[in-house]
Amino acid sequence: MKKIAVLHEKDNVGTVLQAVDSGESVIWTIKGEERRVTVTEKIPLGHKVALVPVGDRQEIVKYGEVIGVARGDIGQGALVHVHNVESLRGRGDLAEGGKR
Amino acid sequence: MEKTFMGYARPDGAVGIRNHVGILAAMDNVNGVVQVISDAVRGVLGIPIWYGRGQFGQDEQLTFKTLVGLGSNPNLHSVLIVSLEPVSANKLANAIRERTGKQVVAISVQECGDSIRTIAEGMRIAAELVGAASEQRSEPFSVGKLIIGVECGGSDTTSGLAANPTLGKVADAVVDAGGAVVLTETSELLGAEHILMKRAVSPQVAEEIKRIVDNVEQEANRRGVSILGANPVPDNIAGGLTTIEEKSLGAIIKGGSRTIQGVLPYAEPVTGQGLFIMDTPAPACESMTGIAAGGAQLILFATGKGNIIGSLLAPTIKVTGNPDTLRQMEVNIDVEVTEVFAGTKTADAAGKELFACMLKVCSGKMTKAEILRQEGIALNRIQPTV
Repeated sequence: MKKIAVLHEKDNVGTVLQAVDSGESVIWTIKGEERRVTVTEKIPLGHKVALVPVGDRQEIVKYGEVIGVARGDIGQGALVHVHNVESLRGRGDLAEGGKR
Repeated sequence: MEKTFMGYARPDGAVGIRNHVGILAAMDNVNGVVQVISDAVRGVLGIPIWYGRGQFGQDEQLTFKTLVGLGSNPNLHSVLIVSLEPVSANKLANAIRERTGKQVVAISVQECGDSIRTIAEGMRIAAELVGAASEQRSEPFSVGKLIIGVECGGSDTTSGLAANPTLGKVADAVVDAGGAVVLTETSELLGAEHILMKRAVSPQVAEEIKRIVDNVEQEANRRGVSILGANPVPDNIAGGLTTIEEKSLGAIIKGGSRTIQGVLPYAEPVTGQGLFIMDTPAPACESMTGIAAGGAQLILFATGKGNIIGSLLAPTIKVTGNPDTLRQMEVNIDVEVTEVFAGTKTADAAGKELFACMLKVCSGKMTKAEILRQEGIALNRIQPTV
């Protein structure tokens, strides 16, 4: 059982404090309540795990703030990173004439 | 908490934490001369620069302002300006003298005759300046005399969880003691600017914060590319940072929690007390050069995946919370906060340790970047040279 950092009650991702293997459980406390989730794939140190299922285009929340949106459905316990999250800022590729 | 350090009084009331004689290049074509003088004379700090020659328009102004700022940095006791020709050398020397009242001497290759004679003349002047500098004794000064920069580089998710919160505690302590703190790297405010705007001292300052962030976004639009790739950079992504929003939300924590008193352009002198934002590019050398030109004596630098560079003028304290980085590059890390990342130490407790380390560095303890000469300088520019 490994601890993860969940920074805000609104967060739907947590940061693993050490590498976690698929099938391992991770644990965190929010508002004095202990919660856990089973990780479904290998997560390197410092990377993020989905605390709940996140639907396509749903906001990814860390620090209680939006850090991007899901690209495709993300299962509970899955790695959350550049392969399944899109930034909403500095997106010149989406501007008119952008090199998408 | 101990709140004083041993520093060097300057004629304009500023306080240096180092007492170097600066050998400042006015343009890149004399970097060789600057290098040889710096190698030959003990107690000097060679400051080679890139570009500088034939700048015009807004770049002329930006380069000049940056060079005046670097020469005026309180960590320099006095300055020898080296240029190719006398007009640029004297213009720079006059501006630094006027701003600081410190001793500034200008020489040029075309007046001295050739590189060897310029080096000889430069050595003669540098030797005299070092003789005078070495007589100056340090005296106790309040932390309120400090202007510090807070910077991050090679960030990963440990930065936002451990190193940046620790820096933030020190930033608050410096502000509370009457000093100034400079938060930089405008592209790393994207996605977090709404938080900073709420902390602005006035609606005007909040608008300024929005304006500099909008500029970055408009630049991405002009170029038609996503900022992803340039920021976060590949090592940020390898370290678990997914988007610029995530990076920014972690990055702004290093500025602490106090009211934002103003937004300064690149290399602008920091004249007030409290927390300021300086509009700088994200890469560390360019950003830290702006901070040092603004008059900062010291920089606190948070790193995750590991970034070794320090400012040439402002001693730079490297802080990491990443246990793997600490193992791998301990020689380049001054303060480790891995226990904050692990959740076994508070940022408050780590902040007190970093504050104590900062006071030691202010009183002369050398940083890892100083000892190992991992120091850089890069001038910000706007348009191509023609």
